[in-house]
Amino acid sequence: MSGHVVVPVRIYVTVFLALMSLTALTTGVAYIDLGRWNTVAALAIAVTKMLLVVLFFMHVKYATGLTRVIIIAGFFWLGIMIALSLSDELTRGWEIVPKAWGTGMIMPFLSRFF
Amino acid sequence: MSTATLDLHEVPAEAPVNYLNASYGIKSWLLTVDHKRICLLYLAAINVMFLVGGTAAVLMRLHLIEPQGALFEPETYNKLFSTHGIIMVFFFLVPSIPATLGNFLIPLMIGARDVAFPKLNLMSWYLFMIGASLALYATLTGGVDTGWTFYAPYSSTYSHSNVIAAALGIFIAGFSSILTGLNFIVTIHKMRAPGMTWFRLPLFIWSMYATSIIFVLGTPVIAITLLLLGAERLLHVGIFDPAIGGDPLLFQHLFWFYSHPAVYIMILPGMGVVSELIAAFSRKRIFGYSFVAFSSLAIAVISFVVWGHHMFVTGQSVYAGLIFSVLSFLVAIPSAVKVFNWTATLYKGSISYQAPMLYALGFIGLFTIGGLTGMFLASLAVDVHLNGTYFVVAHFHYVMVGGAVMAYLGGLHYWWPKMTGRMYPDLWARFAALVIFVGFNLTFFPQFMVGYLGMPRRYAVYPDEFQVFNVMSSAGASILGIGYLIPIIYLLWSLKYGAPAGPNPWRATGLEWKTASPPPTENFEEIPIVTEEAYNYVPTGVARG
Amino acid sequence: MAETAVHGAHAHPPGFAHQFEDIEQQREAGTLGMWVFLVTEILFFGGMFASYIIYRSLHYPAFEIGSHLLEVKFGALNTAVLICSSLTMAMAIHSAQVGRSKSTIIFYLILTMILGAAFLGFKFTFEWHRDYVEHIMPGFGFVFRPEWGSNAPQVEMFMCFYFFMTGLHALHMIVGLGVLTVLAIMTAKNRFSSEYYAPLEISGLYWHFVDIVWIFLFPLLYLIGGRY
Repeated sequence: MSGHVVVPVRIYVTVFLALMSLTALTTGVAYIDLGRWNTVAALAIAVTKMLLVVLFFMHVKYATGLTRVIIIAGFFWLGIMIALSLSDELTRGWEIVPKAWGTGMIMPFLSRFF
Repeated sequence: MSTATLDLHEVPAEAPVNYLNASYGIKSWLLTVDHKRICLLYLAAINVMFLVGGTAAVLMRLHLIEPQGALFEPETYNKLFSTHGIIMVFFFLVPSIPATLGNFLIPLMIGARDVAFPKLNLMSWYLFMIGASLALYATLTGGVDTGWTFYAPYSSTYSHSNVIAAALGIFIAGFSSILTGLNFIVTIHKMRAPGMTWFRLPLFIWSMYATSIIFVLGTPVIAITLLLLGAERLLHVGIFDPAIGGDPLLFQHLFWFYSHPAVYIMILPGMGVVSELIAAFSRKRIFGYSFVAFSSLAIAVISFVVWGHHMFVTGQSVYAGLIFSVLSFLVAIPSAVKVFNWTATLYKGSISYQAPMLYALGFIGLFTIGGLTGMFLASLAVDVHLNGTYFVVAHFHYVMVGGAVMAYLGGLHYWWPKMTGRMYPDLWARFAALVIFVGFNLTFFPQFMVGYLGMPRRYAVYPDEFQVFNVMSSAGASILGIGYLIPIIYLLWSLKYGAPAGPNPWRATGLEWKTASPPPTENFEEIPIVTEEAYNYVPTGVARG
Repeated sequence: MAETAVHGAHAHPPGFAHQFEDIEQQREAGTLGMWVFLVTEILFFGGMFASYIIYRSLHYPAFEIGSHLLEVKFGALNTAVLICSSLTMAMAIHSAQVGRSKSTIIFYLILTMILGAAFLGFKFTFEWHRDYVEHIMPGFGFVFRPEWGSNAPQVEMFMCFYFFMTGLHALHMIVGLGVLTVLAIMTAKNRFSSEYYAPLEISGLYWHFVDIVWIFLFPLLYLIGGRY
């Protein structure tokens, strides 16, 4: 895989400084009122930090396609778990059938033929 | 010219030094890193767990001869079906083919000397043993009465049984399977022999690869779920307790996120075995090799998005239920693809009916029935009626016992000569296979009927009008039990008195048959170089095994 | 049992395992194995992240209250500490790659361990112990505060998640410290060189992963709803 790639120290130090800055940024942004966007900002910064660690400290920038597929699969599966669970948890309170095209319209229409 | 392939060099008929006699003494077994010995270690443990789980089943079926229950108090009955489920699912079916046949065959079939991480392999076995011991301890010191599904808040708050011990046992055994799956994935990616491209692999390897993907992605989730359950039980904090804002359905989402793919862990290796058996005993290449290979991967992937079909009547959102129902129909397609391809393989094949083939043919029929009844249950509206009845019980026993267990037995018989160097008596084996087939159907077909009529599952008593079905089912269970005992006898007998098998008694294709039976510790004298497709049987008109 | 190898190379480098054909295959297998393991860890932590996300969306006000019980300065400090430790870990591997002396490698490994221990020290003394003393540690004398109102049970639930998630993370850190100790000892025994340093690299992947988990835990737990 990427075992023979020697990443220069200056890249490590640059990434380190970027990570520290982003940490300061996310801490600082928390003290500013952005409403709902606070969460978005925090997550965006966290994802950026993760990418920096993954690509440079973990050498994925220089790694094979197989490594990337494996990593993406891991996050994708986590996404499945979250998304489909939320599809239940967040929709339990919904009305059973939207009135516009549900039993209000279709069944009376069809019942003319039966 | 033999109908097998890859005649690179003479394979010795009997290797005087093989993996069984290369070293002696208990330490050489308990500290082995040879994948073949680890297979045998697992074989012993897993078969013991099968007998324990089977005993629970026998006791349940005897109890159910009477509508008011013949033998046990309801609380005891609850513990019996829970024990049966926990042991059979986590300590028999999930590891069965992967840890035994998978461990033994994967390096041989790909032309490697061992798996990628042999010491990790041994650690997997020890983790399994620790987990199994904990589960047995939980059973013997009072049992668990939550069902193998451990639904909260009963399991987290109200049950007074050994939930924590059982959950811990399953947690530890889960790491055993995670490490096994990891080992297999790396082995298959990195240790194939020269020339062994992905599309020259035996289909058993494809199905083991797909199974390993599920091991790796699914098992950690049940691990964390059981951890949370234990924490809730110990600390009384209410993650799943609705009284304080917790959601019991969250437990079910997390639980089934693993446990549904787990059932594909149980069936995919069996499907791989069946591909091997059908090819060998039709003396024909599998029809539609790439379709069968990709269908294994498709099953592994789609299996992760259908779990909500276990929760249709739990109060889950109807919209989520719709999504899960549609996706559950989707997952049937790759399974059907396999059944079509096996059938097409049989067509104009040169078929012989040794015991492994009887198990494979039984698998195809019984898995089809089980799979189709799964479609009934995937239908949201129908499931409202059938959920929680014996229809569900019959469905999953058709796929897990009529499917997975029959494939396990078929594979065990097929590769027994390779593992032990001995042939078993095939007439007895065919007889046992027929007894198992008859006993199985008598046990579980009436359960479809009585379930459809409304008999609930997991109940210690039932209305009188269902008795005739229950008696038939219990009679079948007795026959099935006898059927399972017969192979134990003749397989053990064959170890001492069976005819020497030679390297390739079935004259099958595959690298595992190119080395001695039993193989030497290092598997091959020289690593083979692969130049031909899998299953390249040359039709010769007549070929009897 | 001798390797009648196709390649014919016989001088096996140190640490070579004989189920492999050559050291390169071994290194690739080891790295792939660690990545597959890290994916299992994504799903393992992921179960708790998923539960957390669900409950946060169902009980947002209570989770906001709970988050404000935590002190941002310690969370931020610990984040910085871990990022430093990732740098020192990367430097340890780099030193091995370019053939520096074993003292250099050990220096960076020990620095990483000190930073990891500092993380744990700060967490356990300034955060966990204080939470215990202030009766906001679930299962250990948790006391509802009147200002939480009807949100109180869900505030306790938030604190549950806080302790479970940071606790699981801390457990992984402790295991990581053990791994680093073993690596330091192996380095001292001259096991590594610029040709063979795979265990360092693989352990580095694990260490960076544990750092990434914290990178997400910090905003998710400490910064909910902002601090304005």
